[in-house]
Amino acid sequence: MATTPIAARRKLATPPPPASSFPYHPGSLLSVMDLTVPAVSHLLQRATFLEHDDPLVRDRILQKRRIALLFYESSTRTRTSFELACKALGADTTLVSSLSSSIEKGESLKDTGLTLRALGAEAIILRHNSSGAAWLLEESTRLPVINAGDGMHEHPTQALLDLRTILTHLRPGVAEVGPDTLAGVTVTIVGDILHSRVARSNMLLLPRLGARVLLCGPKELLPEMAAKSSPGIEIERDFESAIRQSQAIMMLRIQAERIANLQLDLEQYKAAYQLTGQRLATQAPNAIVMHPGPIIRGLEITAGVADGPQSTILEQVTNGVAIRMAVMERALTTAEGGRA
Amino acid sequence: MTTLAIRHGHLIDPAAGIDAPKDIFIQNGRVAEIAAPGKLKLANGAQVIDAKGLTVAPGLVDIHVHLREPGQGYKETIATGTAAAAAGGFTAVAAMPNTTPVNDSVEVTRWMQAPERGAEVRVFPIVAATRGSKGETLTDYAALKSAGAVAVTDDGRPILKDGIMRESLAAAARVGLTVIQHAEDTRLTQGASMNLGPVSFKLGLRGMPTEAESAMVERDIRLVTELREQHPHLHVAHTSTAAAIAAVRQARRNGLRVTCEVAPHHFLLTDEHVGLYNTHAKMNPPLRSASDRDAMIEALLDGVVDAIATDHAPHAMHEKEVEFELAPNGITGLETALGLSLRWLHKEWRMPLGRVLSLLSAQPAALLGLKGRGTLAVGSYGDVVIFDPKAEWTYRATESKSKAKNTPFDGWDMLGKVHYTIAEGRIAYAVAGRE
Repeated sequence: MATTPIAARRKLATPPPPASSFPYHPGSLLSVMDLTVPAVSHLLQRATFLEHDDPLVRDRILQKRRIALLFYESSTRTRTSFELACKALGADTTLVSSLSSSIEKGESLKDTGLTLRALGAEAIILRHNSSGAAWLLEESTRLPVINAGDGMHEHPTQALLDLRTILTHLRPGVAEVGPDTLAGVTVTIVGDILHSRVARSNMLLLPRLGARVLLCGPKELLPEMAAKSSPGIEIERDFESAIRQSQAIMMLRIQAERIANLQLDLEQYKAAYQLTGQRLATQAPNAIVMHPGPIIRGLEITAGVADGPQSTILEQVTNGVAIRMAVMERALTTAEGGRA
Repeated sequence: MTTLAIRHGHLIDPAAGIDAPKDIFIQNGRVAEIAAPGKLKLANGAQVIDAKGLTVAPGLVDIHVHLREPGQGYKETIATGTAAAAAGGFTAVAAMPNTTPVNDSVEVTRWMQAPERGAEVRVFPIVAATRGSKGETLTDYAALKSAGAVAVTDDGRPILKDGIMRESLAAAARVGLTVIQHAEDTRLTQGASMNLGPVSFKLGLRGMPTEAESAMVERDIRLVTELREQHPHLHVAHTSTAAAIAAVRQARRNGLRVTCEVAPHHFLLTDEHVGLYNTHAKMNPPLRSASDRDAMIEALLDGVVDAIATDHAPHAMHEKEVEFELAPNGITGLETALGLSLRWLHKEWRMPLGRVLSLLSAQPAALLGLKGRGTLAVGSYGDVVIFDPKAEWTYRATESKSKAKNTPFDGWDMLGKVHYTIAEGRIAYAVAGRE
């Protein structure tokens, strides 16, 4: 309809969306939006401190505290680094995965969470294939819940470790971050944005520190509405133009079957969006190349680029442990009733 | 049968053109006399209801509810669903056929209307348009109509095949039934759990495009146009998109019998109300964008909408306490429709009280041809709602008469408190302190 609706013209009052009660626990990390910029800064500082802290001293911070890792999806990096981070602080961890538990018998997420709480879990780290699962778990258990990836939605610790990686290279020596720390920095996120929780967390976090985020990909994997989801986000469909403007290039994993389902031609996709040594050398010789993993060599990225000098892929993995130590410390040492 | 005299109230009966202080006498389940205050002639010995300061209106009629029986009594029963209806001021409800088994038979249609179900208000079955709502073979419309069916639909499972929908419209027209379509091209909504837009993107949820609704409405209107000599009546259930409303508006201009209803949640809420995965804001059609919501308000104000219907869809608590994508669609609505309509449509958006009541009673009753309903003219059913139009109150889901508590309106401010609901001359609901 071309005409403006009467209701809009009249500017009628309508009921506002309700205020959110989340997070119920101040130690929870469900979304990057749960963190203020000062809280992000504090986490980064704690990550650095804990990384260099004496392991025998660090070990006492969460001594014998009980943390459950509840994983509904397979994971190498995230699970292991959370586990190592918890153990580095002295906590006891237990892993519950969907394939070796009563989840297989049909136990609901709520009941699984309540069971873990009854077993003494003081915090739950959740990886789940359904968007929003972490919110349900937090509401059900009222424990600190750490979102380790929910469906296509968010992966906040990944965004924090990516931020740490970006800062190390582009703002070395900066101890505190604020709203302008990344002013002048452009980060391009490339590939299957639509299905990526890594993309969503990064695009919500990085602009709040001053970065400009460019999203790049075909419209089937990057709908126009993506740019409307938050300020500071733009769409640049031309890959080479995007990386030419960027100091950091974040490649996302591409699932070949998804390309096929969308009736995209894989060879055409690679021709348009694969990060090759030649592209990198001519368009972005100084940018860092990031990837949350798992990488599919020869698909979104060539082996030469993945292993090359501009790649920060393994550094990101290492940063994951430091960031997750800081996140778990916050989870279990932030008192209820306070806000971090 | 008891006799009832309602005295000192202010009668608003839009269908009869009455908006004045009147006393009403009900006998044998029917309105026997309407008179100026204190002038009833027949009411000697009747039970008297004092309606001083209250509005007296025809009982509300909801043409879109799910009562879940047979087969899903853990969600709701005909008894509890109609108790909620009575508490909300409704005296007649039309019940959708997506029960277990699907209501595609004379037996189930009769079973639903049997006195043993314990209905507090009149239940009009809407039956499946096709056997098992599978969209393949039409049910026996003539036999079902004789058994009490008031319309046919495959609600929740829209009829996708053009040929079957054409057959359904033609067969329904032959026996004088309405075809109600849940307009959704399900080929465009696979795996989706909310409206498609920036909010669904941000939440990482697959979205339903508005075209899934509007394209189906446009297809149906095309079929009605082809069959226009046979005068089929198409009713579009729970309209939620500006484009669908535009299609209905155009069809009406072209002289077709196409009607539509809008649910309170679609004229009040937007996809922003999903918040952080609130499953009580998940229904189908989903909450849409602000511009679509505004189009619903506009369509109500300018008269394109024929009825407010709740799509009351009760679910057990455990079914909604799950991952958003896994939660069933639907919210309850019978106890909040009047309070929300008065609070927003009437008070905020200035729709005259009589028009709000008409959208909740006279028009839906006329739409489905429910004779003697939606008006209090002498001889009509003694279906009455008596409410305080000025009373502000807060809805508490825990106090609901429904078995289910799945509402996004828990804790919302309402306007207009029901004091009595009288169904065919029997007091089906009385507010605390008036029982």
